Amino acid sequence: MIPGYAGRFLEVNLSTRRFKESTFDDEILKEFIGGRGLASKILWDRLGSKWETIDPLGPENMLLLLTGPLTGFFPGGRICVSGKSPQSNGVVGSTVGGELGVELRCAGYDGIIVIGASEKPVYLFIKDSDVEIRDASRIWGKDAKQTVQMLNEECRKLLKKRYPRYGEFKEPAKVYIGPAGENKVRTAVVAAKWTHAAGYGGYGAVMGSKNLKAVVVKGTGPLPEVTDMKKVKRLIRAVDRNAYDNPLWRRWGTGAGGYTVGAKQSSEPVRNWQDEWHDETSFSVNQFENRVWVKGCWADFGCPTNCLKIAVVKSGPFKGAITDNPDYELQAYLGPNLGLFTPEENVYMASLIDDLCLCGIQTGNVLGFAAELFQRRILTKEDLDGIDLKWGNAKAFGELAKKIAYRQGIGDILAEGTYRAAVKIGKMKKKDLLQYAVTSKGIAIGAHGIRSQKDYPHIISYACGVQGGDHTSTTALPIDGSGSEVWEIFNDSGVYCNFNSFGLPRNFRFDFYKAVTGVELTRDDWGKNKAMRILHMQRTLLLLGGPDLRWNPKIHDDNPSRFYEPLPSGPYKGKATDKESVREDVQKYYAEAGWDENGVPKPETLKRFGLQKMDKSLEKMRQ
Amino acid sequence: MTSKKEPIWIAREPTKCSGCRKCEIVCSLYHENRIWPEASRVRVFMLVPGADFPHLCAQCENYPCVEACPFKALSTSKKTGAVLVDAKKCTACGKCIDACPGKIPHLHPAKEQIVICDLCNGNPQCVKVCEEGGWNALTKVQRHGSAYKIHARTPDDISRDLAIKLYGEKAEELI
Repeated sequence: MIPGYAGRFLEVNLSTRRFKESTFDDEILKEFIGGRGLASKILWDRLGSKWETIDPLGPENMLLLLTGPLTGFFPGGRICVSGKSPQSNGVVGSTVGGELGVELRCAGYDGIIVIGASEKPVYLFIKDSDVEIRDASRIWGKDAKQTVQMLNEECRKLLKKRYPRYGEFKEPAKVYIGPAGENKVRTAVVAAKWTHAAGYGGYGAVMGSKNLKAVVVKGTGPLPEVTDMKKVKRLIRAVDRNAYDNPLWRRWGTGAGGYTVGAKQSSEPVRNWQDEWHDETSFSVNQFENRVWVKGCWADFGCPTNCLKIAVVKSGPFKGAITDNPDYELQAYLGPNLGLFTPEENVYMASLIDDLCLCGIQTGNVLGFAAELFQRRILTKEDLDGIDLKWGNAKAFGELAKKIAYRQGIGDILAEGTYRAAVKIGKMKKKDLLQYAVTSKGIAIGAHGIRSQKDYPHIISYACGVQGGDHTSTTALPIDGSGSEVWEIFNDSGVYCNFNSFGLPRNFRFDFYKAVTGVELTRDDWGKNKAMRILHMQRTLLLLGGPDLRWNPKIHDDNPSRFYEPLPSGPYKGKATDKESVREDVQKYYAEAGWDENGVPKPETLKRFGLQKMDKSLEKMRQ
Repeated sequence: MTSKKEPIWIAREPTKCSGCRKCEIVCSLYHENRIWPEASRVRVFMLVPGADFPHLCAQCENYPCVEACPFKALSTSKKTGAVLVDAKKCTACGKCIDACPGKIPHLHPAKEQIVICDLCNGNPQCVKVCEEGGWNALTKVQRHGSAYKIHARTPDDISRDLAIKLYGEKAEELI
């Protein structure tokens, strides 16, 4: 067994209510590491041959909760959630911060594979090797804060009863869904700690489709044995010191971005990306810090950065709203993107989105899309059940968010996410509405635009990324260059917070991996071989897609049309993405990846990586 | 500066706790040479998100746990003031937990013995890591005549206080 792994995976069949433990060969773990890489491998092997017919919201889909060998060791604990995505119909490695990964490894498991679906609402309760499926009908329908409270109370009582001599039990770690996931909303998240979310991919809906309300874990063992603990300790300190050298990053987290990304870089979504610039100082970090932050540091396991803060609205119409910072993505998407420019409105929206367990990015995007249709009189007040969806009307956006989570009225269509909603409403209104949908492969684009070219994404980052609009996994040229997706695949497969790797030498992560596992991994071997294999698998499954939607690279390996419109204001006014350059770079990317001019992995590429199994399935796309 | 011979105390300021659990990491590394949150002598509770805090022995001036031990497995360190566990004598009966006003001790998850903060023989690792990160939720001070037992409170009580401080009247529904 490779050091750094607990060595066992838990498989749960919710249809038969059976469990089993499984293992993966060392060779597979060396090849795919964990998290996103291993998720791709599991889905490829088990669902690949029938991928196109599998309904992401049907019992045949899998829900994967996977750690990696670095989880708990590399500061900033996370867990990777995956499965067939109800947003892209491909595979997304969607990570969420918190202690679940650590608790799971301390319970002796590297991951959980959930198949089937329960007839009634249930949650999974794991205490070391004791695994049980418990009734969740009492908790079903509850929001995030109620769910956390009820699970803490119930599970701590249970632990106390079963282990009366132990003393006080800490809260077990958990991920859960809220009303949005229960109602199979495609923008629903797998949530943790009220405000944390695995958003990209829409796996909250997958949990909902399985009637799985939560996964709760208490592990009482140590993290797995490592190869060189002395070195691991030294590397942890190096991560810490790197963070401590950056006091403003620690103080503000990404919360400074709500103002600066718009004002300085012109790459922030404003009113559904009709602009990417604003100069609203009312939305600056000092306003958040002075008015709503009640706690300046909040962190997940082992994290030296504490980029999270606690925000509470203390007065006014939104009094009582609680969330974290919000972080930049939720600032942008539930702020300027909706024409909202005050901390209080932003905290109100983020708090509501947290409570409903919706994705702030995906939902902020679809709310902005709806508001633009309202602005253009394509959607009327009548269509919106009387909601006056004007830019800047926070209460109206809040009302619509609730309708989405509960699939009421127009909310039922918007609950399908921006892309699918654009197609549906477009048919109803007999108009091309995809021009207002800022998405890639069914996934709303993160809050970092490309028009000004002053932010990090490349012009093909979202067009070619295997996780669509995911801003945490953007690609670039060269394909193994510094801005490429291949390095994010490592973070998501080792499963730790990439924020804590900012500013560290590029090889650092591989040194850390070696200190934990004893396995030598070079940059080249990762960038040219192992990461590429995972990339090809994700690409192949994304192209196979189905059953409701399929992506045609000729059409869909492209930016949303909005990114070709000139920026209307600000210092980069007039700048737009050049379509011809995108076309050229997409072709360059294909060539570097070993994909044909249609963007389909070539037979020889698949063969080189041992992925011939899918060759036939892709054949029809090659013509 | 604290002189080495004087008893010390770990002052705690839970509102400064980020919930990073670095204290658990270094404590378990020091005592067990593993990262082992449940075997850590200091444990971070987060019964209410945001209201994270470190829970560790307060070294009450009357040491009710030491008094309550039927096997004389607990004693106090003259040097530091810490409660020391004699693993050979400890039967993990849990009487010290019952006696502790804060229900702070807990059983070792793998050994038949109780786990109580031993102040790392005067050089507490949790304090070092917390100060290094600038949080100062835990700091080392000299132990004189303060009322220390008031800090031995249950996780539920501390959580309630912190939640009210952070979230006001809304706290009741969150606990």
